[in-house]
Amino acid sequence: MNQVTALINGVPVDHYVYLSLILFSIGIVGVLIRRNMIVVLMCIELMLNAVNLLMAAFSTYLNDAAGQIFVFFIMVVAAAEAAVGLAVLIMIYRNTKSVDISNLDKLKG
Amino acid sequence: MAQTIPYIVLLPLIGFVINGLFGSKLPKNFIGILGTLMVLIPFFLTIGLFMEIHSTGQPIQYTWFNWLTISEITLNIGFYIDQLSVWMMMIITGIGSVIHIYSAGYMHDDEGLHKFFAYLNLFIFSMLILIMGSSYLMMFFGWEGVGLCSYLLIGFWYKNKEYGYAARKAFVMNRIGDLGFLLAMFMIWNQFKSLDFVQILPNISNIDNSTITVIALLLFVGAVGKSAQLPLFTWLPDAMAGPTPVSALIHAATMVTAGIYLIIRSNAIFLSSELAQEVILVIALVTSLMSALIALQQNDIKKVLAYSTVSQLGLMFVALGVGAYDTALFHLTTHAFFKALLFLGAGSVIHAMGGEQDLRSMGGLKKYLPSTYWTFLIGTLAIIGFPLMSGFFSKDEILAKSFAYAPVVWGLVMAISILTAFYMLRLFYLTFFGDFKGTHHQKDHLHESPASMTIPLWILAILSLAGGLLNIPELFHGNHFLATWLSPVITGKVEAHHISHATEWILMGVTTIIILSILFYSYKKYAVNKAIAPSDDQVRGLNKTFANKFYIDDFYDNVIVEPVQFSSRIAHDYMEKSLIDRIVEGTGSLVKGIANLLRKTQNGNLEVYLLGMVVGAILIFLYNYWM
Repeated sequence: MNQVTALINGVPVDHYVYLSLILFSIGIVGVLIRRNMIVVLMCIELMLNAVNLLMAAFSTYLNDAAGQIFVFFIMVVAAAEAAVGLAVLIMIYRNTKSVDISNLDKLKG
Repeated sequence: MAQTIPYIVLLPLIGFVINGLFGSKLPKNFIGILGTLMVLIPFFLTIGLFMEIHSTGQPIQYTWFNWLTISEITLNIGFYIDQLSVWMMMIITGIGSVIHIYSAGYMHDDEGLHKFFAYLNLFIFSMLILIMGSSYLMMFFGWEGVGLCSYLLIGFWYKNKEYGYAARKAFVMNRIGDLGFLLAMFMIWNQFKSLDFVQILPNISNIDNSTITVIALLLFVGAVGKSAQLPLFTWLPDAMAGPTPVSALIHAATMVTAGIYLIIRSNAIFLSSELAQEVILVIALVTSLMSALIALQQNDIKKVLAYSTVSQLGLMFVALGVGAYDTALFHLTTHAFFKALLFLGAGSVIHAMGGEQDLRSMGGLKKYLPSTYWTFLIGTLAIIGFPLMSGFFSKDEILAKSFAYAPVVWGLVMAISILTAFYMLRLFYLTFFGDFKGTHHQKDHLHESPASMTIPLWILAILSLAGGLLNIPELFHGNHFLATWLSPVITGKVEAHHISHATEWILMGVTTIIILSILFYSYKKYAVNKAIAPSDDQVRGLNKTFANKFYIDDFYDNVIVEPVQFSSRIAHDYMEKSLIDRIVEGTGSLVKGIANLLRKTQNGNLEVYLLGMVVGAILIFLYNYWM
């Protein structure tokens, strides 16, 4: 275990930052360009986890446990959000027989 | 007894609320009975008050509740019942009850019966506030209230446009008078820091004479509006558009006498200003004479009575002008009796004629409408001052008082009395004697009115017969009851003019002989020779001026109404349409245009929204980064 911790500590913090940045950007681009709602939801999860990773990394770097506590909170909220999001998605599918996001234009002014 | 005072006011108000809110669902007979009871019960309560004041001789002051207090200004809803108020209250509730009974019959088939009774009760309420109020403010409240009811009832048959215009005319003309009243109140407040009668009237001598004169003249402007004197009298004849019971109650017996009440109540103010007294006298004489002349040539039965009312009100103001306040109240009382009777009789005739009001279509109604005939006869004799009828005593007193003031005034009043006899007898004979001149259909339809209409006629006829007993002059060994009764109210200094009994006998003899000879002349002309009123295009010369009401209405139309309407049209076309409308509509279309542009962004496409969100977040980030 100590070996693992040492290994993780061995990775410089800027690597974590770059990794999170890449993950977050993939998430954003996925949300913006994909039309399948399931993929969009997955991309949102990806963005959340990119943030989580950054938090955990800085927490270790700064020796401050608060960041990791935040991560737990975010995971709980993300789980709830995923449950609600998927439930909504199922209802949409039952009503429109499709998970295409561009079908949702009922709010058109 | 003082605790009954709020109920006297409240009961008519309750009647108004019940009939006004739920009347359309109530049975018709119930509406009439409720409306009548809400006036009859106050009448009996008023008799109780009368008894009390009669035994104690003291006015009753009753403060009901505090209306509002703003720093040092305190306004109370309070009542001040003295000999004058209680007398007026008896007239209003008494004649009011009789006319309510009559209305139940007269208006029975009208779909707006509940509305009619609601308005009548509201009128009684307002009139009682006017009479009973303890301050000029309370009086003004009632004053406006009766104006409103008058408007509502003149325009009662609002589907007829002409009636609506008549109502509007009455309302506007009354507002002109009200402005005078209001200004007088401001001046009184400025002088006394109070509007209560008990604070003002005993202390009138503390302020300087010119201020009193201005206050008196402004109050008189109010009285002129309400009591239909020159130059504001033209609304009253038009007010005959309302149902006949309204004409009897509001436009003959009660509301139009509010101006006289106002002046008697403020006698301390008026008697301190000689100029105001003279102005009253001159305006009253001119009004009375003019309207009597106009009445000679009118062919509408109600119009004749309306001008007669203006003329008789003028006579009351003459009495006020010569300082005979008790005489004015006496004539007010007898006039309320016989003029209400004449109007109700005219209503009965109109009812029988199926809505026809033109004298030239009537004639010979004597045998079809016996009750109406006899009561109308009594009313006519009373108004022309036939010996020993009520009008004889009151008019004779005005004549005597004006002779004592100045023989020239006596001469004019005498001329007015002679004219009164002429036009009333003309009206009477054209209606009840001669040949019937209406259509066959109308002739078959002729019938006496139901008991609910004839009983009130008889009650008023008895009052018109015996009303003179209220104030028998010393000449007939009477005790001058009304004059004695009223004397505590007249606090101003009255200049005493006395004439000897011999002069009084001569004046009375002259009047009687003239009245009797006119009676004989008219009988000969209309009943025996069956003269008929000429049609409109046969009227020539001076008579034409009378028939056209001295062209006063045309004068007002040309000088006031037309220019005002012209400027309104200008304002409408140029100000309203091309300026204000464009600004308002421009604002609207500008907002609409911008909205049209912006709604394109609301295309409902989630991806676009998300993109917007991301771009926004990036922009905020960049902004924070660089700034």
